[in-house]
Amino acid sequence: MLELSARKRQGDFTLDVELQAGPGITALFGPSGSGKTSVINVVAGLSRPDQGRVVVDGRVLFDSKAGVNLPPEARRLGYVFQEGRLFPHLSVAANLRFGRNRIPKAERSIGFDDVVEVLGIGHLLDRRPAGLSGGEKQRVAIGRALLACPRILLMDEPLAALDANRKAELLPFISSLSRRFCIPILYVSHAMDEVLQLADTLVLMDEGKAVANGPAEEILSRTDLRHLTGHGEAGAVVKAKVGGHLAEHGLTSFTFSGGTLLARHVDLPLGSAVRLRIHARDVALATAAPNFLSVRNIIPGRVVSLTPANGHLIDVMLDCGGTILWSQITSLAQTHLQLKPGQTAFALLKAVTVAKEDIAGRVS
Amino acid sequence: MFTLTPLEMEALYLSLLVSGWAVAASLPFGILCAWILARLNFPGKSLVDGLVHLPLVLPPVVVGYFLLVVLGRRGIVGSKLLEWFDITLAFTWKGAAIASAVIAFPLMVRAIRLSLESVDRGLEQAARTLGCGPLRTFFTVTLPLVAPGVLTGVILAFARSLSEFGATITFVSNIPGETRTLPIALYALTQVPGGDEAALRLCVISVAVAFAALLASEILSRRMAARLKA
Repeated sequence: MLELSARKRQGDFTLDVELQAGPGITALFGPSGSGKTSVINVVAGLSRPDQGRVVVDGRVLFDSKAGVNLPPEARRLGYVFQEGRLFPHLSVAANLRFGRNRIPKAERSIGFDDVVEVLGIGHLLDRRPAGLSGGEKQRVAIGRALLACPRILLMDEPLAALDANRKAELLPFISSLSRRFCIPILYVSHAMDEVLQLADTLVLMDEGKAVANGPAEEILSRTDLRHLTGHGEAGAVVKAKVGGHLAEHGLTSFTFSGGTLLARHVDLPLGSAVRLRIHARDVALATAAPNFLSVRNIIPGRVVSLTPANGHLIDVMLDCGGTILWSQITSLAQTHLQLKPGQTAFALLKAVTVAKEDIAGRVS
Repeated sequence: MFTLTPLEMEALYLSLLVSGWAVAASLPFGILCAWILARLNFPGKSLVDGLVHLPLVLPPVVVGYFLLVVLGRRGIVGSKLLEWFDITLAFTWKGAAIASAVIAFPLMVRAIRLSLESVDRGLEQAARTLGCGPLRTFFTVTLPLVAPGVLTGVILAFARSLSEFGATITFVSNIPGETRTLPIALYALTQVPGGDEAALRLCVISVAVAFAALLASEILSRRMAARLKA
């Protein structure tokens, strides 16, 4: 558990954040220059705030009022840097053991062989960092930080320097790390696909401030934060479970609080938790339960609000059994339907619109 | 076959002894000095920088004379050394080593400082987050990374020490078996009639030693570079 409050002026930029990060993966998301990296540098002790307090698991690492400022080496935090920062003069094995050798044997709760196996770096141990590919370097960097058995793992855009394939390869690793080794992760990113796949909790950063902080699904479904979450249009992010496979139709059904959704087949066991992303433009509305439709995903809900969007469009917010869905309709449709808040409506989702890449394979 | 006369052996031995000690004894100070100049900002830094580089631009005789005044038996520091520790530097090989070290110091500091300035500070930060204090970080990360620069500094300083003449002869004079290094023996031979052949032989020896040092440094630095890359 991390509790942080920090104020720091750097020239024109003022960092002024307050945030908590619990177990699981907390993503710090925001445009570049929004202060994400500054935040984890403050946590790591690499940068000293003018005022504030940093507490990890009840241990005070920094407190400007009490005059506490532990140096980075005394904080016991793992830091995975964007560029890896492996020591070029040491072998991979020596890099991995670098932090581990500094902690008492009794506190080495994370096994060397475990980490090497999970990250798949056993065949690299004798090599030197200069001979590794970008993805291999990042895996070693993650291993090195993990093996120091940190109380929290800080990751600063660890995938930003990798191509899409390497990224897709590493994302599942990172997603499983927090659970497998019981370490909370503070993950800095400006890539929405990473956040969707990884984040349990999301902290939105803008101009040095934490603008919003909460469960990822909730934050990502809010329209007032759309300019920050990066999609120009409304959309919902829905937590669901794999309910069944319709192998003969190439479909998988997902259950969520509002009902059942069909989407393209995913190879996951029943009960796996996933995250679905549903764009507002892919959701049509009906005021009565429709029949004779090719659309299979019909979810009843209640209209919560109507917000004018760009052009002659209107974003309609629907509450479907506690899950928020968004629908974008034209103003012409609205003049015909005359939707009002509180009214019942049916969301029509084409099965194929729930794209696979929007499904995060995370079990939480 | 080229066999060395006892006189040549003595001069060669003294040269290696003096240069070896000059480099070995000044290396820790050289690294410290380079680190201070590369990493710290403090008022009067340019003054320190200037002082360190002074021997590079001063005539060596001036440095030698200054050493004689300060470290000679009657000098401000020299008299105390004699009184308290019974150490005499003037007119001994130890004095020759100090003269060489002072003359070669700027070259050593320059090479190490350049190397330190090019070290990725991010790697030092990484070591800190992995539990290493500043001192341990310096010895486990920074120093191995600047090793090529340190080697360059050592070789430069060693070569400069081997060729040291002005400060040495002013501070410790020409004493056979004590301070008569290769350049001083060579100079002495050119001053006596019929010494040409012997002087030429010393020239060849000097060239051979200097060349061997350069070759050794080349091989070592290649190995170090390979270690950091592969």
